[in-house]
Amino acid sequence: MADVTTQKPTSLQDLARAQTSAPTATKILAENVDFYYSAFHALKTINIVIPDRQVTALIGPSGCGKSTFLRTLNRMNDLIDGTRLTGKITLDGEDLYDKRVDVVDLRKRVGMVFQKPNPFPMSIYDNIAYGPRIHGLTNRKKLNEIVERTLRGSALWEEVKDKLKASAFALSGGQQQRLCIARTLAVEPEVILMDEPCSALDPNSTFRIEQLMEDLKKDYTIVIVTHNMQQAARVSQRTGFFLRGEMKEFGDTDQIFTSPKQKDTEDYVSGKFG
Amino acid sequence: MADRAPTVPLTTAPLPTVPLPAQSVSKSTSKPSSIPPASSLARFGDKIYGAVIFLASLSIFGIILWLFWQLTGASLPSIRHFGLSFVTGSEWDEVSSSYHVLPYIFGTLFSSAIALLLAVPVSIGAAIFLSELAPRWIRTPATFLIELLAAIPSVVYGLWGIFILIPFMKQFIVTPIVGSRLPHLPIIGELFKGQSAGYSMLAAGMILAIMVTPFITAVTRDILRAIPRSQREGSYALGATKWETISQVVIPYAKSGIIGAVILGLGRALGETMAVTMLIGNQPPNTPNGISLSVFQPGYTLASALANKFSEASPGLSTSALVEVGLVLFGVTIVVNGAARLLVFYTAKDVQGGK
Amino acid sequence: MSTTLSSPPNLLAKSTGNVAGRKLKNIVMLTLCIIAAGLAILVLGLVLYFLLSKGFSSLHIRLFTQLPDNIDTSKGGMAQSIFGTLVLLGVSSAIGLPFGILGGIYQIEARGRFASLVRFFTDVLNGIPSIVIGIFAYAAVVFPLAQRTHGQGFSAYAGGFALGILMIPTVMRTTEEILRLVPFPLREASLGLGATRWRTMWSVVLPAARGGIITGVMLALARIAGETAPLLFTIFGNQLFATHKVAGVSVPTLTAPIDALPLRIYNYSQDVDPNHNAQAWAGAVVLITLILVLSIAARFATRGNMQEEK
Repeated sequence: MADVTTQKPTSLQDLARAQTSAPTATKILAENVDFYYSAFHALKTINIVIPDRQVTALIGPSGCGKSTFLRTLNRMNDLIDGTRLTGKITLDGEDLYDKRVDVVDLRKRVGMVFQKPNPFPMSIYDNIAYGPRIHGLTNRKKLNEIVERTLRGSALWEEVKDKLKASAFALSGGQQQRLCIARTLAVEPEVILMDEPCSALDPNSTFRIEQLMEDLKKDYTIVIVTHNMQQAARVSQRTGFFLRGEMKEFGDTDQIFTSPKQKDTEDYVSGKFG
Repeated sequence: MADRAPTVPLTTAPLPTVPLPAQSVSKSTSKPSSIPPASSLARFGDKIYGAVIFLASLSIFGIILWLFWQLTGASLPSIRHFGLSFVTGSEWDEVSSSYHVLPYIFGTLFSSAIALLLAVPVSIGAAIFLSELAPRWIRTPATFLIELLAAIPSVVYGLWGIFILIPFMKQFIVTPIVGSRLPHLPIIGELFKGQSAGYSMLAAGMILAIMVTPFITAVTRDILRAIPRSQREGSYALGATKWETISQVVIPYAKSGIIGAVILGLGRALGETMAVTMLIGNQPPNTPNGISLSVFQPGYTLASALANKFSEASPGLSTSALVEVGLVLFGVTIVVNGAARLLVFYTAKDVQGGK
Repeated sequence: MSTTLSSPPNLLAKSTGNVAGRKLKNIVMLTLCIIAAGLAILVLGLVLYFLLSKGFSSLHIRLFTQLPDNIDTSKGGMAQSIFGTLVLLGVSSAIGLPFGILGGIYQIEARGRFASLVRFFTDVLNGIPSIVIGIFAYAAVVFPLAQRTHGQGFSAYAGGFALGILMIPTVMRTTEEILRLVPFPLREASLGLGATRWRTMWSVVLPAARGGIITGVMLALARIAGETAPLLFTIFGNQLFATHKVAGVSVPTLTAPIDALPLRIYNYSQDVDPNHNAQAWAGAVVLITLILVLSIAARFATRGNMQEEK
């Protein structure tokens, strides 16, 4: 296998080949992405291939840019004043940052789960129905079906099926996070971005969410940012290591954790800093 | 407390409140300290300090009770004389010493209702604009303007109303409507009956709207700003548009806070005196019971009646009845404000729970 | 994966049906919000515009130096009103500040149910219309004074009393809010050194919060400077300076009727004499300038404080 670094690849095919050991379709492709918060240069020449229906983990110390990169994938950073992106990110070959792209369409296809569970101040049922409803679904039967399917999908159904009308705030932190995952599933995205989804949860809830990811990757492309290297090793097939706004190394998870090619990566995964 | 022990020499007066173990005291004698001791005087000072600030805070209750006692005492003759008919009757006549305030209560509620009807949609729209839509270069000066206008005194708004608003209203609102078919329509027509010199419920309601708009806008904006960013991001991440996020996530989250802001605005409108006095006309409308649904008719509010009739009131029952007007106004605003505060208080709790 | 919600086949495709409708609604509603904001700012701008244009065109130095001229109304000023307003601010501060600041200190020293009860009633007092406070001041001060001195009872005392009461809740709440910003560890540090509570408050907390408290006081003064309704029942108004001589020096007379700027504006606005109307506008500009100066000074006081803390 060729050296995988941040050096500019000769062609996209090379890049895709280089970063992939098993042949899978490419879902998201980032080419030479640079990102700025006003004057701060937060991401430097990021190149990455995110394969379809796999879990890709982004690791690195705090402030390395991994969350920033994640948020460029559904243009969540548009909400922050004074941000700027150069380079190209494509989803199924289409440029996300094309002027004609509406973020509403984009975010329906690329959903996101946040670091802290953020249920809306409404019932469990309405939280999940929110997405389908805004997208124009009013049929009560179909909504019921979606609520049940997604709650089952996020392994929450058995716990809440008798109290769907209860406030979402009444759930525990772990349950709230699974509710947020169900809410994301309800709009049927193709890609799910997860920004440290377990950092506010206890070990048991973390375990359940990791199991969930295992199930979800059959249908969805998942990109997860995590602080927890064991978690990255457990759930992901592909791992990217970020440091100071650069992507130092990207490759199969096994390879990153067992035989990293870069000194920095080795130091980080072996716990020398972080 | 214990860390003070080594600095306390034996020679000082014993500390009455904190008995020190003999051991530590004897130790300290071997090393004379240059730091003066915490004397009993200082302790006494602390007690005085505690008492003084406690009494100062009690002044709040003192004032409210004193106020209530004074107003009740002074209006007792009127309360005895008219009883409940004071608030249910319509006549206010100095000659026959017959005093009743139903038209004033109606005028207070009617002018405030007009004000809220005009101010609430504008204020909430403006608050949404300032909090969710406006770029920074508009947000800062607009916020400053709104704060500035909230600081302008009532009497100045009244002055503006007399010389700017009323001539404008007569020319562009009253005359066209009176000349149109609108007053002749059933039901709706009632709102626009009669000629007006400009001084009217509508003028009072409009100036009140202008006065409470900065207030409601500022409070609502603060509430919207306080809603966690994660709520908005959660909605956007599901593919919601900006309006969907605002109307279905942000506003419901802020709902009771906004209602509280509106009720606080109502509280202000109900008790507002000068601007209303200057614009409402201060004469009964041309109806037998002194109550007219027409916005073009003049009228009174409780506050404007108080301000207006005070100079002509004679000692005795007349003054007593006027003080009772103040008492009624006091009661109305206490209830409205108390309700609003409780609402805001419980909302704050809910919001904390939601984080 | 059962598909109940259709995604557009690709991102660049034109949105259809439901999505187009949603986007249209989005634009319409957001535009309405912008219109609401525009309307509010337009009306508020008109208030300011006429105030400044009408006020400045009749502003004259006479206003500050002369008393009203009853023979030629175009000549007189309102020096006695400005003087009266300043006297009233002084009297009301003397009544309102001690209670307000000390009560605010109590609210951060004390915790528990009683403190929050005090806070609740502070808000209640704050919401009582100023005219009710005015009639209270009439019953509590003017009337007894009139009985005792066989005079009218209208006086700077009575006006200052009413305004002072209006000040108390405002100052109390701002003092409390500002003192709460002083980091608790700072207080603990002082108490931990063996300082008494009042010593800690006096030499640690209050100095740290000094700017903030000045801000609160300034804002309270700005608020009451424009109050008119309570003055209708308490000061009566005066066309002369309310002063008397003590050992050959003129001092304000607190027991006699006194004038105030907002009251003068009100009286002149009710007048048919256009000269008086013009003077009312000019008086309004003076009053607002006074309030603005107090508000801006309040901001600067806090700003200086913030920089110290950094």
